[in-house]
Amino acid sequence: MSKKHGALRGSLLGLTAIAGMVSLVSAAQADELRLLTWGGYAPDEVIEAFEKETGIDVEVTLSNNEDMISKLRATGGGGFDLAQPSQDRITGAQLEYGIYKPMDLSKVDSAKFIPSMLAATKANTTVDGEVYGVPHVWGTSGLIVDKTKAANVADYTDLCADDLAGKVSYRLKRPTLIGFAYAMGLDPFAAYGDEAKYQEILDAVEAKLIDCKSNVKTYWEGGDALLNLVRSGEVVAAMAWDTGGWKLNNDNADITFVAPKSGALGWIDTFVLPSKTKNEDAAYKWINFVMQPEIAAMITANAGNFTASKGADEFADDKLKAQFQGSFPAKDLDNIKWYPTVPAGLEVLEGKTLDRVKAAQSN
Amino acid sequence: MADQFDLECRNVVKKFDDFTAVDDISLAIPKGSFFSILGPSGCGKTTLLRMLAGFQAPTSGDILIKGSSVLGVPPNRRPVNMVFQHLALFPMMNVAENVAYGLKRRGVNKATIAQKVNETLARVGLPDSGPKQISQLSGGQKQRIAIARCLVLDPAVLLLDEPLGALDLKLREHMKVELKQLQHEIGTTFVYITHDQSEALVMSDQVAVMNAGRFEQVGAPQDLYYKPQTAFVAGFVGESNRWHGVVGGGNDHQVEINLAAGGKVVAKRDANAALKDGQAVEVFVRPEAIAIDGEGAVDNTLSAKVENVLFNGAASSLQVREATTGHEMTVALPQTGTFASVKAGDNINLSWSFEQTRCFAASDVGATA
Amino acid sequence: MSNGTSVKGGGTFRFGLLLLAFPLMLWLFLLVVLPHIDLFLVSMRERISYGKYEFSLINYIEFFSEPLYWNTYVRTAVMSIFATFLTLVIGFPVSYYIAKFMRGKGKNVLFLMCLIPFWVSELVRTFGWMILLRESGVVSNFLQWSGIADGPVEMLYNDATIMVGLVYTSMLFMIVPLVSVLDSLDDSLIEAGYDLGGNGFTVTRDIVIPHAMPGIASGCIVVFMLTLGNYLTPNLLGGKDSLWFTEQIYTQFITRFNWESGSAFGFLLLVLSSLIVWVGLKLSKQTLSETVG
Repeated sequence: MSKKHGALRGSLLGLTAIAGMVSLVSAAQADELRLLTWGGYAPDEVIEAFEKETGIDVEVTLSNNEDMISKLRATGGGGFDLAQPSQDRITGAQLEYGIYKPMDLSKVDSAKFIPSMLAATKANTTVDGEVYGVPHVWGTSGLIVDKTKAANVADYTDLCADDLAGKVSYRLKRPTLIGFAYAMGLDPFAAYGDEAKYQEILDAVEAKLIDCKSNVKTYWEGGDALLNLVRSGEVVAAMAWDTGGWKLNNDNADITFVAPKSGALGWIDTFVLPSKTKNEDAAYKWINFVMQPEIAAMITANAGNFTASKGADEFADDKLKAQFQGSFPAKDLDNIKWYPTVPAGLEVLEGKTLDRVKAAQSN
Repeated sequence: MADQFDLECRNVVKKFDDFTAVDDISLAIPKGSFFSILGPSGCGKTTLLRMLAGFQAPTSGDILIKGSSVLGVPPNRRPVNMVFQHLALFPMMNVAENVAYGLKRRGVNKATIAQKVNETLARVGLPDSGPKQISQLSGGQKQRIAIARCLVLDPAVLLLDEPLGALDLKLREHMKVELKQLQHEIGTTFVYITHDQSEALVMSDQVAVMNAGRFEQVGAPQDLYYKPQTAFVAGFVGESNRWHGVVGGGNDHQVEINLAAGGKVVAKRDANAALKDGQAVEVFVRPEAIAIDGEGAVDNTLSAKVENVLFNGAASSLQVREATTGHEMTVALPQTGTFASVKAGDNINLSWSFEQTRCFAASDVGATA
Repeated sequence: MSNGTSVKGGGTFRFGLLLLAFPLMLWLFLLVVLPHIDLFLVSMRERISYGKYEFSLINYIEFFSEPLYWNTYVRTAVMSIFATFLTLVIGFPVSYYIAKFMRGKGKNVLFLMCLIPFWVSELVRTFGWMILLRESGVVSNFLQWSGIADGPVEMLYNDATIMVGLVYTSMLFMIVPLVSVLDSLDDSLIEAGYDLGGNGFTVTRDIVIPHAMPGIASGCIVVFMLTLGNYLTPNLLGGKDSLWFTEQIYTQFITRFNWESGSAFGFLLLVLSSLIVWVGLKLSKQTLSETVG
């Protein structure tokens, strides 16, 4: 018996020792920033410049909104030092899972931000009087249209036109629900506080999407998959991000991003500290570093989206600026619908709607 | 005339690329006989059997069963059945299902099948074994079921591919007798291939000795034993003492042979074999043909020293070394026990008649049984 | 170690065995048993408000009351069974050919050819199919070029494509056990079958298949499990109508942050696969130990 005990204790000791060594190794690499972000937000040249200036290594993990929250939820807010969810997805996740840490705004150089955008983000990410997020990259989702083949597409609902059967694509995610709702003349953001009303909107959208399903070639998942579909001509109109449209426009002048009549949906991706961040200093250093106009322009060139950095426009690529202005005449810019914070509980309703759309028979 | 033979082969040849496995074999097996093909492994006997069963097609020649050619007839349509070397009983079926398998394939109705299966099981002496699993049977029982599985189909010819090989010695001896008896009772023609001469001799009406794709001799077991026609048969069938020598004269009945090791032997002159003086020959004498200490014929005599006494009851023998030439020989001990007192080191005189001594033109074949 | 091994030999042996089994037990416990217990506990609770949970069966009730989940569940099971059956029907002759007609080098080459697709990742393989079958893809272009089709042909995004992908992905896992079990079938049993009057069909039915049953069962179990738990292939090849249960689980966990119902779904999938394998074994009169051993 004693032997068995010894063996068990020994193995436990061994495990502890291994665990200890692992943590020692990670401690030795303390000057490292583990960044949980989107593709294109941390280009290699920016990381190199940052490492040169601060001596901090940056380890990038690419992700999306849902994945970021899931990852941080699984570790209770550990494993990363800085994350970049969209501003509307912060308060709900914080209330629910407590995965973020309040920002010390004194460590952020607020002069580098476009003031209106900083103020809006702060307001949207405040929980119990603490601010959790500052803005970084912003953009819109709307329509990518091949003007020669789908000239009539001016709003989301136009994707359901008969002459486009089998040639359109969109994501089966919440932006689609919201976009269609606006295109149908409804106001989902106004109904955020009223679950019953929101459900009514969802039901209307659900009927529309099920009706439209036979028109859809496939629901796209990854941005690259969609770009391929459009580039090959298999899809002539799609709901997607602005940058995708501009990228395609570089290859084929007929294809571009169109702001829908009912308004493009505007999003802002932020900087947030996970609750178990190990290198807060490095996180602040990174924020202040990338918000410099020259660096922000480099990110814009890479990601295709503009940033909240004040004065970065001057350094931005002229072609991109031209594309932006082409897609957003002044009235369309004013018409952008910025996502307000998602109240808890809505995502469950939306999820069920999306499930039912997915399960519906298209033919 | 053809239909008095159950099975006939006419100039059957089977070639695999350059290698000729079966070389111009002709045979005719009368109805109801037990025919064995005896030969060392690799002599082509299995290939021959597989051609009879239909698993292989002859390169040339014809095979007839009950007077009609079966060339191009697949195995499942031939009126022959085969007992495989490892029996090939179906382990996924019980005994009754194994026996019923062939009848089912013929579409016989269930009641008839059940009746025939029971009859056949009774005939092989295992009347109650129907529900047993194959793995529950002993070696001998498996043997009988394998045969029953074929017999239930009333084949014109039953082919047996060394089915006793896997059994232990005692059971093998027993099964030999049983198989012979069974064949006698049911009267089906058996074609049995084996490399074991004792199996062939005990059971068969006719034995074909096969070597290098050809039949050396076909005949009754007694003929093969007492009147071998080739050196191979003399060496392969039964035990023999063998010498190499050169013909050194003789008359119409006898051949005198000068042995390579020294000494001289007188052998019977075979009418068929024209042996000339100076021709190299092989000489064979059966151990039991040699008399110890001067009884009987004295055409050949020599003295020898006993090296070993191999006591084996009725089959006891002596290993002796000839005094002058040092040639080793085996001599059977009379079953009467007369020489029970002989022991190693004794000097004895040996003698045998020229008629018991056979000589054949020397061949390259070195096989001995 | 001073208490001599000769005295307590048995004990030492048992201790050694324990030591050898320890990593396996640890692995099983940490990576299989523990997560499943946790999964089960999570599935049995309901979110009341921010960070507050209570014991409840709501997740299971929800599954049974919502036809969407239920339909997806049944559809996944039925399609997996069908895919397994198709894999068997296609894999059996191939395995038979490899095991019984090929010798030496040819056998190895054929076997290797079955293995080659598995040198690339499942994702790449699936994308390969997408390149072939998409509207602007290889097959579509060939059909137009040869005049068989007038316009572009879309072969992606339907159930048949999912089936093709699943069968292709699973083929090796069917062929390996089948070849090994057919290899062990004595040729003389097949010959005896013919000799006693059987034809190709009856010999296959009465002798080859009963002999191969353990291999068929183990191949089917592996293929069924892989298919049921597949995520990429139905998702990518099935497109808008894919509806695979693993997708539901993924969605619940990742997109909806609903770990509770995701865990319940995960558990239900485990129950489903165990149940179908059990029924399959019963129907084919195999035992799990025979099949695995």
